[in-house]
Amino acid sequence: MSFVFLIFLPLLAALFIPLLFKKVGKIHTGWFVLAVPVILFIYYASLLPTTIDGGNLVSEFQWIPSLDIAFVAYIDGLSLLFTLLITGIGALVVLYSIFYLDKHREQLHNFYVYLLMFMTAMLGIVQSDHLITLYLFWELTSISSFLLIGYWYTRDRSRFGALKSMMITVFGGLMMLGGFVLLSIMGNTYSIRELITLAPEMATHDFFIWALVLVLLGAFTKSAQFPFYIWLPDAMEAPTPVSAYLHSATMVKAGLYLVARLTPVFAISGTWMWLVAGVGLFTMFWGSFFALKQKDLKGILAFSTVSQLGLIMSLLGASAAGYHIDNIAETTFMYAGFAAIFHLINHAVFKGSLFMIAGIIDHETGTRDIRKLGGLMSLMPISFTVAMIGAFSMAGLPPFGGFLSKEMFLTAMLSLTDFDLFSMDVWGILFPVVAWLGSVFTFIYSFYFVFHTFAGKHKPKQLPKPAHEAPIGMLISPVFLAILVIVIFFIPNRVGDWLVKPAVMAIQPFLYNSPSEVDVHVSAWHGFNTELFMTLGIFAVGGLMFWTLHKWQKSYDRFPDAISLNALYDNLMFLSDDGANRFSMLYMTGFIRSYLVYMFSFVIFILLGTLYLTEAFAVDFTNLAPVGFYEIVILVALVGSTLTILVSKSRLTSIIALGAVGYSVALFFVIFRAPDLALTQLVIETISVALFLLAFYHLPQISRKEERMPFRLGNAVVAVGVGITMTLIALSSHSQKAMPSISEFYKETVYTEAGGGNIVNVILVDYRGFDTLFEIAVLGIAGIGIIAMIKLRLSKKEGQHENK
Amino acid sequence: MKTNDVMLQTATKVVTFIILMFAVHIFFAGHYTPGGGFVGGLLTTSAIVLLMLSFDLETVKKILPFNYVTMTAVGLLLALATAAASIIFDVPFFTHAYDYFDLPLFGETSLHSAMLFDAGVYLVVVGVTMTIIQTIGEDE
Repeated sequence: MSFVFLIFLPLLAALFIPLLFKKVGKIHTGWFVLAVPVILFIYYASLLPTTIDGGNLVSEFQWIPSLDIAFVAYIDGLSLLFTLLITGIGALVVLYSIFYLDKHREQLHNFYVYLLMFMTAMLGIVQSDHLITLYLFWELTSISSFLLIGYWYTRDRSRFGALKSMMITVFGGLMMLGGFVLLSIMGNTYSIRELITLAPEMATHDFFIWALVLVLLGAFTKSAQFPFYIWLPDAMEAPTPVSAYLHSATMVKAGLYLVARLTPVFAISGTWMWLVAGVGLFTMFWGSFFALKQKDLKGILAFSTVSQLGLIMSLLGASAAGYHIDNIAETTFMYAGFAAIFHLINHAVFKGSLFMIAGIIDHETGTRDIRKLGGLMSLMPISFTVAMIGAFSMAGLPPFGGFLSKEMFLTAMLSLTDFDLFSMDVWGILFPVVAWLGSVFTFIYSFYFVFHTFAGKHKPKQLPKPAHEAPIGMLISPVFLAILVIVIFFIPNRVGDWLVKPAVMAIQPFLYNSPSEVDVHVSAWHGFNTELFMTLGIFAVGGLMFWTLHKWQKSYDRFPDAISLNALYDNLMFLSDDGANRFSMLYMTGFIRSYLVYMFSFVIFILLGTLYLTEAFAVDFTNLAPVGFYEIVILVALVGSTLTILVSKSRLTSIIALGAVGYSVALFFVIFRAPDLALTQLVIETISVALFLLAFYHLPQISRKEERMPFRLGNAVVAVGVGITMTLIALSSHSQKAMPSISEFYKETVYTEAGGGNIVNVILVDYRGFDTLFEIAVLGIAGIGIIAMIKLRLSKKEGQHENK
Repeated sequence: MKTNDVMLQTATKVVTFIILMFAVHIFFAGHYTPGGGFVGGLLTTSAIVLLMLSFDLETVKKILPFNYVTMTAVGLLLALATAAASIIFDVPFFTHAYDYFDLPLFGETSLHSAMLFDAGVYLVVVGVTMTIIQTIGEDE
């Protein structure tokens, strides 16, 4: 089956959403939407047996064959894992949104159209084997994310957040496109699979390091890594289902996917390992550290997402070390890749449930401010249980899935201290230390999130709405995810065999031939080793610091806002906006006569410059036609009427003189036997004089102020310059022929090929039909422009007009 | 300003028709002899402009109750459709087709798909120029 088309199924379904919303308003539109991810999930789950054995499937659809651009859906362990996450979490989020978004008050058709558009984009990213279509889908996620964050577009913060995420992720996307182009130049192919086989040869190429950095910029901006993470907290203005789906479970993991997918291409390089592992780990620490500063529930979760993404990113970086180790199966280096994928699954599950709980609290109490919340434990027992399970998994407590992957994370970070390439032997010790610190803060903010919301004193007076448990429909999805968190803890090896190992094989294809060779066995208890003591240390220090949180949390407010990354972004935006505005105001005077001066000066500059640079100037007076009596008469009339335009005081005289110029040119056409041109020129002249007379009525009196000598002198210089330029070009083009005239070709083919007799007309409608088509399109646009200028003029409302 | 221009008006009544006939001739003759959709359109416009000059906007609107914006759109669509129709016959975009037919009254006549395209050009030219003149003229 050509499953490449399934990528577009959500987009296709989106076409019917507005119709369903309008016609079947009684039923919440979400129920129809729900079918899409469910069907896709079931279909893709049926492909699991193929990838468990390390197999893969390819389905192709040519898009632009002449440019070698195609939609290639490539399903292996990694892409299938992401596909299942996208459709699975997608289904749960849609179910949740049915109860979260009111069908009477919300613009549901917009919401679901954007959501389905996002689903297509995301499926496209993880399945594309073709770099260019991958980029296409990548930007489509940025656009749908923009639309979803700005869903409540009447709020200032929503629009601000939407724009911020767009600016940063699209910037990264463009950088990534550059990286892709370099990759395709190096490998002479757009296919990722082929690039992977070419990786060893490409490593010595000059572009290699550039491609690496550019691709990472794309991945880091999308996956909210330091210092680009600043868009993610502002993206929390989106409706909570969107935050749960895009900004924690799927879209922000696109960067991780890209890094994982391209690891076999770049892993050879030490820069890659340092950048990915280093930036990831620092982000992990930074995010967890600042999560405690947040007062908004979703803000805490946003920073926690940043931190967790950093964690996974650092594991992916560490997995690159495997390429430099012999006999990896006997070392601890093999854990990094496994841990990365395993934690990615865990994170999607527990963070999804936590976001949904934050949404429930917002929905049922009317606020997300953690200072106003507290004591909800007895009022919302189910939500509390779910939140506790999710947060404990995040903190790395047993018996939850997060505990297992956190242990493996520590193992992987410890293994880096044994690595002796790329000066890791000196700096490697930093990795476990920073990882440990980050984990401590992760522990604290997880507890902060749960206990400051659900424990403590209930403050009903500060809540906009009396708190109560959420409706059952809203609880289904988070409860399901919470159960999954526990299930993963008890059957980690089943998850490992089915999902993780096939994906690891895609990250480290040079090391393993089949998923069963990935020799990792997950167990909750593995004796007294360094990891266990580190974990115990995290619990002890984290517990102690959480206990004293109220004493030191205030010190966060001492960080000045003025030197934050957000301030940098704001200033950059302001500067570019304001600067661009000021720059255009420098030369945009609002007077057409100024613009004409710019244009004509530029014409002189370009044309004379080209003449000079290409040494094209030549004068050759042989082969001239005789100048007869008629020509001289018309020429005198032409020059005379042109001068009349310049000196006449009255506008009417100018217009009539301009008409005379046009008619004289028409007469020239007659003399030179160009009846078509003459005819057209005559009619055009007639009509344009009539038009001028009409417009003349509306023109303002030219202000005398600008009529000073320097102004007129400047105009004279430009005018003379244009005249000289045109004369020189005319002389040159007459004096030399670089190639034979095309008119012979026309003469030969006008009847035989085009079935016509009049060359001029056949050129218009046939030889150069494209030109004509676009010209009439431009004419149409000009007509619309004039209607817009005259009929929709603002001053009309004010009753002000120049001639009244 | 009210002037008595009986002579202009009387002449216009005759001349307009001559110009219009000439425009039609020029339009159809275009492929073999001087002319074509562009000139034909401009000539038609000039006839209408003449009407407007000797009578006034409102009268002309009553005589020729066209929506010129629609006319522009129809013209553009016609031109584009003619160009695009070649795709259906699996030849490159903008390939024209022509043949000779024996029509009653006309005798042997060449029918060319370029004529359809030219008709599109004609409509756009008339539509746009009249839109511009009408919009500016009405804006008092």
